[in-house]
Amino acid sequence: MADLRSTIAGIRSPNPFWLASAPPTDKLTNVVRAFRAGWGGVVWKTLGEDPPVVNVSSRYGAHLDNERRLIGLNNIELISDRPLEVNLQEIVQVKRDWPDRAMVVSLMARIEEEAWAGLARRIADTGAADGLELNLGCPHGMCERGMGSAIGQVPEMVEQVTRWVKNTTRLPVIVKLTPNITNILWSAEAARRGGADAVSLINTVNSIVAVDLDAMAPTPVVDGKGSHGGYCGPAVKPIALNMVAEIARNPDTARLPISGIGGVNTWRDAAEFLALGATNVQVCTAAMTYGFKIVEDMIDGLSNWMDDKGYASLDHVIGRAVRNTVNWNDLNMNFSTKAVIDPALCIDCGRCHIVCEDTSHQAIRIDQGDGRRIFTVVNEECVGCNLCSHVCPVPDCITMTPEQNNLPYVTWPEDARNPMRVPRPAPVAAE
Amino acid sequence: MTLTADIPPSPYADLTPPLTAVQALAESNRCLFCYDAACVRACPTGIDIPAFIRSIATGNLRGAARTILSENIMGGTCGRVCPTETLCEQACVRNTAEERPVAIGRLQRHATDRLLSTATVHPFARAEATGRRIAVVGAGPAGLACAHRLAMLGHAVTVFEAKPKAGGLNEYGLAPYKMADDFAQREVAFILGIGGIAVEHGRRLGADLSLEELQKDFDAVFLGVGLGGNNRLGIPGEGRPGVEDATAFIERVRQATPQAPVAVGRRVVVIGGGNTAVDAAIQAKRLGAETVTLVYRRGRGQMGATPWEQELAQTNGVVLVTFAAPVGINDGGVTFERTRLEEGKLAGTGETFTIAADTVLKAVGQTLDRAALAGVTLAGGKIAVDEGYRTTLAKVFAGGDCVASGADLTVQSVQDGKLAALSIHRHLSAALQAAPIETA
Repeated sequence: MADLRSTIAGIRSPNPFWLASAPPTDKLTNVVRAFRAGWGGVVWKTLGEDPPVVNVSSRYGAHLDNERRLIGLNNIELISDRPLEVNLQEIVQVKRDWPDRAMVVSLMARIEEEAWAGLARRIADTGAADGLELNLGCPHGMCERGMGSAIGQVPEMVEQVTRWVKNTTRLPVIVKLTPNITNILWSAEAARRGGADAVSLINTVNSIVAVDLDAMAPTPVVDGKGSHGGYCGPAVKPIALNMVAEIARNPDTARLPISGIGGVNTWRDAAEFLALGATNVQVCTAAMTYGFKIVEDMIDGLSNWMDDKGYASLDHVIGRAVRNTVNWNDLNMNFSTKAVIDPALCIDCGRCHIVCEDTSHQAIRIDQGDGRRIFTVVNEECVGCNLCSHVCPVPDCITMTPEQNNLPYVTWPEDARNPMRVPRPAPVAAE
Repeated sequence: MTLTADIPPSPYADLTPPLTAVQALAESNRCLFCYDAACVRACPTGIDIPAFIRSIATGNLRGAARTILSENIMGGTCGRVCPTETLCEQACVRNTAEERPVAIGRLQRHATDRLLSTATVHPFARAEATGRRIAVVGAGPAGLACAHRLAMLGHAVTVFEAKPKAGGLNEYGLAPYKMADDFAQREVAFILGIGGIAVEHGRRLGADLSLEELQKDFDAVFLGVGLGGNNRLGIPGEGRPGVEDATAFIERVRQATPQAPVAVGRRVVVIGGGNTAVDAAIQAKRLGAETVTLVYRRGRGQMGATPWEQELAQTNGVVLVTFAAPVGINDGGVTFERTRLEEGKLAGTGETFTIAADTVLKAVGQTLDRAALAGVTLAGGKIAVDEGYRTTLAKVFAGGDCVASGADLTVQSVQDGKLAALSIHRHLSAALQAAPIETA
């Protein structure tokens, strides 16, 4: 059995699966249910200064696929709408009853030192928090009051807020980053300069998830009108993975621990985040789709996969794919791979052919076989784009097979076909 | 406890109920939207099946129905009665890996039922009136499909029908478990809703209607007369009370109401191996017969009923007896002689047995009623037509079960009617020196 015990910024949990700061971690009842189900930790839903915010009715919009599977969710809910003292008392009680689980508390305040410091102190003084997470990311509602992403989108403010909180408490501080920026490294580097012990990302993506075509308003519709909200769920995973990798492979931030968030739905998603440099993961939408029980297969699946691969503990997985995540300019221009269609597995749907024919390289030929069509890749035309293998409904029917061409690894900057090629050795740049 | 405890609440209930919205959503999403899809090639009417299923999946039910009806105006009936297991669903690529095709027939019914029950405007518009008049003989699937397409193309159509209701076998010949409630009549009303089609009931070719007159009075004639006659067994006792053609039995069942169903004997023997035999046998069982035995002179592999239909009969409590030919009917029931195949030929063994019966339903094939077709060349007992559905008589066309087009299926008749209409249209357009039109 692989060892799934996890430590990030000094915060321990029995497994790397935390519930993200969100509705599932809003109060004692939910969090206790989560811990009973096996979650390794929670980030308590964001606390703010009293008086608590007031939420609107109708809060979530959904991006459903044709089969009504939820692939993305957005919300226009604000931070905790319960009094600070109630939340703190519950946090104390839960931590007392579940001492082995990570209890991180999310907080948000105006861009004033005393607001952040006061709130951080109140939380730290409970003695129940294992760490703080600074919510600098909410892209709806709170940002209109100068909080959330209004702070997270300005690197100087990220650094400032982080420093204020770090100066206030000895608790580990995780800075939660918004993806609604042009370059995630600017805010990650700012957090590091401010003294962050870790970053967590991504917060939700600014979104209009759907338009109610009868009401002619964005969903969720609040009395005939809708607002942009925060998008999350399986659909945002690719955005999150890239931002996690950007931070993990950037020399300035490579040593900054990352709590990966964004569309973690299965153990496999978690493994991908870990491989790209996340130390643990936070989950929200999957729980909001299926309930807390999903953590069982997340733990079990990750453990079995690690056993199969011979990874004894999370350290062996974390960051393992970072060195293979490079810029386009570092890819091998001499590499060539071709699609191969296994006729024994082919069910004769023709999807590979038509997508290649209509939208790609006209590289899949149809021959009339015995009562069915035979699809064959025309190697001379195939550029190895993978599209056919992605649209094929049968697993492993179309595989990509690298060609053995015995050519050296040549990147675009070195490639003879590159008109801007830099001859080696590279000259010292002018200026 | 009674022997009828397992009989469905109504013998008139749908054997295969309509899909619910949730089922239709799940099933439509199983379609892979194949390129040059095998199911389309397997459909006699060439419905763009992936396109209509995708429309169902996207919530465009009206578009789905229009896609179906544009190739098959009786898509509603065909969704119910087509032997999809030997047509589109047999070709579905989902069979290959999963052994469970997309339920194309049921999806087709889902889309067309919705349109028929909600549409206030006919989905197809008529072309500008051509001034041409066409006679259609027979308001069955071939005749109505032909009439609809001709009306769409701008022609004026008069349909002559002997029976009091239109629909042909859809109304009189299909077991009610396949065609529950008044769907056949609703479909007829829908088809006629395009306008330009007049139906004259009680008009029978050979009685008050002659081919000669029709040729004289109309610009073209389409014969969709079906097969009106039934083959005889030619054995002693065939005229006894309780012995009836299966088609007549089904017709009586269809024309009865669920409130006053047809009485059926306690012990029923059905003779024959086609779908009519299976329809009659299952329906007899559902009407409360204690035992129903379907007897066929050859083996199951040679039966006209598909394996799916055979199994359906069995799961409905029908006993299948094969390799037995009837030799006589008397008080005790039907006496059969055991048969066997000798070098592909059927031969009697001399051994006989009797199956007790108070009702005997004969389903040994239907025949063309030739009396009214003087002057029309026949081939193999059916009306001979060329690839344009032209008979040997000038401006007389024919299609459906009365021609030798292959399968005796509703869907084939609809296709015949549609293609014959296009052929008639080309014929008339050529006469007008107009450019030939595109076939749909």
